[in-house]
Amino acid sequence: MKQHIISVLVENKAGVLARVSGLFSRRGFNIESLAVGTCETPGMSRITIVVIGNDMHIEQVKKQLNKLIDVIKITDITEKEHVERELALIKVHAEPGLQRSEVMQVADIFRAKIIDVGAQTLVLETTGDPEKIFALESLLRPYGVLELVRTGRVALQRGGPGPASRQ
Amino acid sequence: MKTGAAILIESLKEEGVEIIFGYPGGAVLPIYDELYDAELTHILVRHEQAAVHAADGYARASGRVGVCLSTSGPGACNLISGIATANMDSVPIVALTGQVPTGMLGNDAFQESDITGITLPITKHNYLVKDARDIKMTVKAAFYIAGTGRNGPVLIDLPKDVLTAKVAEEDVISGEPELRGYKPTLKGHSKQIKKALDLIYKAEKPVLYVGGGVIAAGASEELVKLAELFCLPVTTTLMGLGAIPADHPLNLGMLGMHGTEYANYAVSETDLLIAVGSRFDDRVTGKLSHFAPHAKIIHIDIDPAEIGKNVNPDVPIVGDAKSVLADMICLAEKNGCISEPWLEQVKSWRKNHPLRVVEDGKVHPQNIIRKLSELLDGGGIIVSEVGQNQMWAAQHYGFKKPRQWISSGGLGTMGYGFPAAIGAWFAKPEEPIVLIAGDGSFQMNIQELATVAQYKIPVKIVILNNMYLGMVRQWQELFYDRRYSYTELPPVDFVGIAKAYGIEGMRVDSVDQIDTALKTALTYDGPYLLDFQIEREENVFPMVPAGAAISDMIGKHNHNGGSGP
Ligand SMILES: Cc1ncc(C[n+]2csc(CCOP(=O)(O)OP(=O)(O)O)c2C)c(N)n1
Ligand SMILES: [Mg+2]
Repeated sequence: MKQHIISVLVENKAGVLARVSGLFSRRGFNIESLAVGTCETPGMSRITIVVIGNDMHIEQVKKQLNKLIDVIKITDITEKEHVERELALIKVHAEPGLQRSEVMQVADIFRAKIIDVGAQTLVLETTGDPEKIFALESLLRPYGVLELVRTGRVALQRGGPGPASRQ
Repeated sequence: MKTGAAILIESLKEEGVEIIFGYPGGAVLPIYDELYDAELTHILVRHEQAAVHAADGYARASGRVGVCLSTSGPGACNLISGIATANMDSVPIVALTGQVPTGMLGNDAFQESDITGITLPITKHNYLVKDARDIKMTVKAAFYIAGTGRNGPVLIDLPKDVLTAKVAEEDVISGEPELRGYKPTLKGHSKQIKKALDLIYKAEKPVLYVGGGVIAAGASEELVKLAELFCLPVTTTLMGLGAIPADHPLNLGMLGMHGTEYANYAVSETDLLIAVGSRFDDRVTGKLSHFAPHAKIIHIDIDPAEIGKNVNPDVPIVGDAKSVLADMICLAEKNGCISEPWLEQVKSWRKNHPLRVVEDGKVHPQNIIRKLSELLDGGGIIVSEVGQNQMWAAQHYGFKKPRQWISSGGLGTMGYGFPAAIGAWFAKPEEPIVLIAGDGSFQMNIQELATVAQYKIPVKIVILNNMYLGMVRQWQELFYDRRYSYTELPPVDFVGIAKAYGIEGMRVDSVDQIDTALKTALTYDGPYLLDFQIEREENVFPMVPAGAAISDMIGKHNHNGGSGP
């Protein structure tokens, strides 16, 4: 069992996400994270899927993904040189005073931005790899993490042109 | 200005559609209004499941895309097992379904069901058309997708307001559909083909293992040529029957769970297995680790996802079977029988372990099939239901050509055969059409007797009546201590039922009636039903128990005391 990051270039059409995710759920895979958005080519979207599974099963899912009419290109970038990022928003309990300044210090060390200040809360925005987000979250926990949301990982292969421009 | 429904019918005609199997309802009223005076034959079945199976039977018999039509909700849902059947066996069909108006989608409107959602995993692709201007292009894309690459079912869901919307001619979107993500590979890689040939030159005990892909690709001629070029014994799957004539000296018949002993022995001993258009299904391989254990494997398939799915081949070749086999023949630098001792070995297995037939004055189903095969000289189109009847037909009919054998393989759908036979007849009205049915399966779509009567479809219905869900009973006998839990069926007067629909028939109780009964049915001008009362506890042998190695068959038949490997 290994973590795979699969980048799927798809037609930006209704139902395409269900088609893609259905191939995973059918085989009992749990998707760790999934991020979708439009990409550099109009009419196409790029989906980044993080999934854990054995190589043979993942290989089969990749081939099945390739068979979907709305899938244009898929790349397993796990083994390739790549960059990956995730964005998280964290709402922390932070009463004005000492607690709040401590939270702000932690945010500073992690280069997290404070994007909302409430009467008793702060919302932090952070970007990074999953480990960094996890580390930040752990440090904030003692103050009270009220809500946390993450985008799911997005990833790109380093260097060279992307698959869309090669079409 | 044209309505969406009119554009639909026009688009279907442009695709060369001549016949639609369907059943009306509220959501498709606009389509039926167009059909009222369209130059397109519509066959009214009696259950939507029959519409989709008939479209499937039509497609398998003709090689063209079959079309079925149903209303929304219950009509669409009745198509599901038929779509799944076509999907499993890679049959090109286009299913048209009505849908509630776009404004009501997702509101649980009357007779709404999310049919594109439901059929997502059982179609090659599906469409929900939300704008009448897109109908033409969608139909075009659907036919292209269904009938190219690895064939399969495509569904088009048509909301009622899209069907009634009026569109100006110049607003109809036409031209070639843009399918950036769909580029099937047809031509095999020549380097791989040469590698495969090198393995063939070196092989001492080669076997060709042939599936439905060869039939779908129309590659039988090339297959037989290649086999003859090197004297390669050929075994086929259930789906591959007819790819090589049954009486061809290199043909070993079917392999797998109910394959011939000699085919299973050959595969167990082979040193080079050449899989063409076959997918190493568990009913074929038995215990995978014991399947062709000594063999190098060449796997030729149009679907890259099949390569390495169950077995890792030494030489994978992605491509259309016809093209790849033709290239193999073309690029071959040697020929001639490369394996005399192997052929001798195979011949002796065949001689010493033939399929079992018993002539003891009782009505054995195998003998009925053999007689039928003799009377039709291995011709006609033989459609089967599912169960023992299917296996006896597969084992004992002497198929001569591809597309003669129509049977639900991957899904094993009871109730498939009868409507599929109807569809097959519309594809090949000049051919005799025989349905081999079990008493259980036949009752799953028995209402189609009405369709057969209405359109005077001269299908000959051969019921191998054991008053059991025989195949399940066989498993209960062998693996559940003969505890026949809910598999016994009370007697049914099938001839009486046929007569009620205005169809002739005859009940057959004894061996000496078999010949005349079959002759009567075959020469009768119109549909005819034969209800054969067969030996009730007859089993299908040989049999590889689920999960066993395919050389480990039960119910083996040893002539001359010879034994298998
Ligand atoms: C729709 C469906 N339901 C259940 C089964 C399981 N099944 C496989 S064979 C069989 C018995 C078929 O009985 P019959 O049609 O009488 O054929 P026989 O085996 O007796 O020849 C059953 C129930 C199936 N294949 N399809
Ligand atoms: Mg039966």
